[in-house]
Amino acid sequence: MASKTANQSTVPFADAPINQSLTAADKIELLRQMIRIRRFEQTSLKHYHNGSIGGFLHLYIGQESVAVGSISLLGEHDHVITAYRDHGHALAVGMGMNECMAELFGKATGCSKGKGGSMHYFAPDKNYWGGHGIVGGQTPLGAGLAFGVKYKGLKGCCLCYLGDGAINQGAFHEALNLASLWSLPVIYIIENNGYSMGTSQARSSAFPKEGLAARAEGYNMDWDKIDGVSLYEIRAGVQKAVERAHEHCRPTIIEILTYRHKGHSVADANAEKYRTKEEIQEYMNKHDPIEFWKNTLIAEGVISEDDYKTINKEAGAEADAAAEFAIKSPYPDESEIFDDIYWEVDNNTEAGRSGRHFFHG
Amino acid sequence: MPREITYREALREGLDEELAYDDNVIIIGEEVAEYNGAYKVTEGLWKKWGDKRIIDAPISEAGFIGMGIGASMLGIRPVMELMFFSFAYVAFDQMMNNAATCRYMSGGLINVPIVVRGPANGGTNVGATHSHTPENIFANMPGLKVVTPSDAHDAKGLIKSAIRDNDPVYFMESTVLYGMTGTVPSNDEIEGGELLVPIGKAKVKREGSDLTLIAHGRAVVTCLAAAEILAEKHHINAEVLDLRSIRPLDEEAIMASVRKTHRAICVEENKPFCGVGAQISSMIMEQAFDDLDAPVLRITSADAPAFYSPPIEKLQLPNPDEIVARALSIC
Ligand SMILES: Cc1ncc(C[n+]2csc(CCOP(=O)(O)OP(=O)(O)O)c2C)c(N)n1
Ligand SMILES: [Mg+2]
Repeated sequence: MASKTANQSTVPFADAPINQSLTAADKIELLRQMIRIRRFEQTSLKHYHNGSIGGFLHLYIGQESVAVGSISLLGEHDHVITAYRDHGHALAVGMGMNECMAELFGKATGCSKGKGGSMHYFAPDKNYWGGHGIVGGQTPLGAGLAFGVKYKGLKGCCLCYLGDGAINQGAFHEALNLASLWSLPVIYIIENNGYSMGTSQARSSAFPKEGLAARAEGYNMDWDKIDGVSLYEIRAGVQKAVERAHEHCRPTIIEILTYRHKGHSVADANAEKYRTKEEIQEYMNKHDPIEFWKNTLIAEGVISEDDYKTINKEAGAEADAAAEFAIKSPYPDESEIFDDIYWEVDNNTEAGRSGRHFFHG
Repeated sequence: MPREITYREALREGLDEELAYDDNVIIIGEEVAEYNGAYKVTEGLWKKWGDKRIIDAPISEAGFIGMGIGASMLGIRPVMELMFFSFAYVAFDQMMNNAATCRYMSGGLINVPIVVRGPANGGTNVGATHSHTPENIFANMPGLKVVTPSDAHDAKGLIKSAIRDNDPVYFMESTVLYGMTGTVPSNDEIEGGELLVPIGKAKVKREGSDLTLIAHGRAVVTCLAAAEILAEKHHINAEVLDLRSIRPLDEEAIMASVRKTHRAICVEENKPFCGVGAQISSMIMEQAFDDLDAPVLRITSADAPAFYSPPIEKLQLPNPDEIVARALSIC
């Protein structure tokens, strides 16, 4: 198992203070989290194909380091909000595989009682505010969560994730202006996986040669660009933004370069048409963040190949158990349809009892 | 002592009292602070409450309403002013998707206690882009509440209830009503010490026996004028029912009145297609068919974008003479 005195890593950014402070156990935990996300999604994919899961399933496979690395930096007053490719962030904030898997199966035991599905996971108790299906729609909400933290006088921030395609939504630009104008502690993380559905980044965005995040300059905002393969680099880069948010209450945009191994969603029939097989293979073989971290930890003497296999096996078993849990769970009762629409109705308050709230039948 | 104050002043009092009642209440909007409000509804509030509570926003309705939704998830209670409700359409995704569905999609883990308020009316010669009446559009969406005060009393009592409500409330006012005065009790005359009008309870503004005029917002004022003409010139005693909110809707009050008068006309400044009156007339048909002595009629704005030319725009909106003529056709 892990040796206590890990070798000094030669990997860039390993010597950043935020990474120096990682214990061997912390590093293994980061690996475990990424593997758990991957095994969760691989299992969900299997059940999507056998018809147990409906709708869209946007897999995060290949991007795990982004959520795990950035969320590993957060504390009590920090918040997370993202788009529809949300399974990784959900598990990284500590949501359980069971409720996440059951949500995919549309079961009553799902994190949203089967009302949200794959794209709409929520866990306010873990400062996780979704899971949003409209491209870019979550970006003003991210500013709002940061506003709330600041209004209450807390030292915290909001990590708001979005795709490289989402940066072209108007709401995002409005949110950027507000974030900088009002000095909100929000960090926009552009997960640049190179494509928005079948449209390459080059075909969707006009941007300066420095990258997508450089648009921040127009809003007098700090920005950064990070290679997302390495957890060390992500943690070192995002930490600077977290400090900026905590200490100076200033926003940041960070572009993190990453890649999705699978199609846009499982329903993406063209996953291998708008990008070449060679390109996909190249990223899977040479830029996979889990492989990279595993090799880093082996080189540091933190884990052995066997340790890795054990973690992988455990995560696979956990995912299978979650699928079992989901399969065995009941579907929501039909009576649930009219719950969770109005707080006042759910809580049977006087306001909830005044007037007709629903108009069917 | 009962006081005569304007609808605008009544709103301002309501806002001011809620700012005092709860530290988490904030006001965000274009020109709401230093300029004192485009329609002076928020006049003096910035001076009294300062930058933290009264916030001038850039012209970014999607941005600041979306921001308010996010902040409300952490317990802030933002009251966001739309300079005109017509501008809601640039924030439509935030108002329809995020405000209305986050609660449902989170299985009830989240609620969004926001208020979006502003004038939603035509009739002021500002052309089609500034004259929208979207109460039917927003009331179509489960999860949202739509409130439409027609007088100063309700403007104050309803804005206070809207701010305390734990669901998103879209509060539609009228620039035509802002300057109208009405009787609003002072707090020392009220049991409980404050004026809270519950959302979801209609009000009979004029008792009648021959016909029910069902209206909301400024159309209530139009109906009251029509009812006077009907009484004086035609000996028809019309009841005027002010819905006060579209969703939730006081169905019991509607049916009770129709069962009493046996005739109903729905009057609104909305457009006709799937307007509020379409919903209500279908409900009356289903629930009170045997009580009806005549078909339920609907009077709406003309089914056209708002006309700029002042004398013509007037013809587009419901007016007392039109209501009288239609009433005579069924009485
Ligand atoms: C407003 C809106 N338009 C279009 C879509 C359909 N859609 C869903 S995801 C997507 C691509 C977004 O790509 P990107 O922002 O790069 O995120 P990624 O899927 O790569 O994570 C599109 C067009 C949507 N959900 N919302
Ligand atoms: Mg993308």
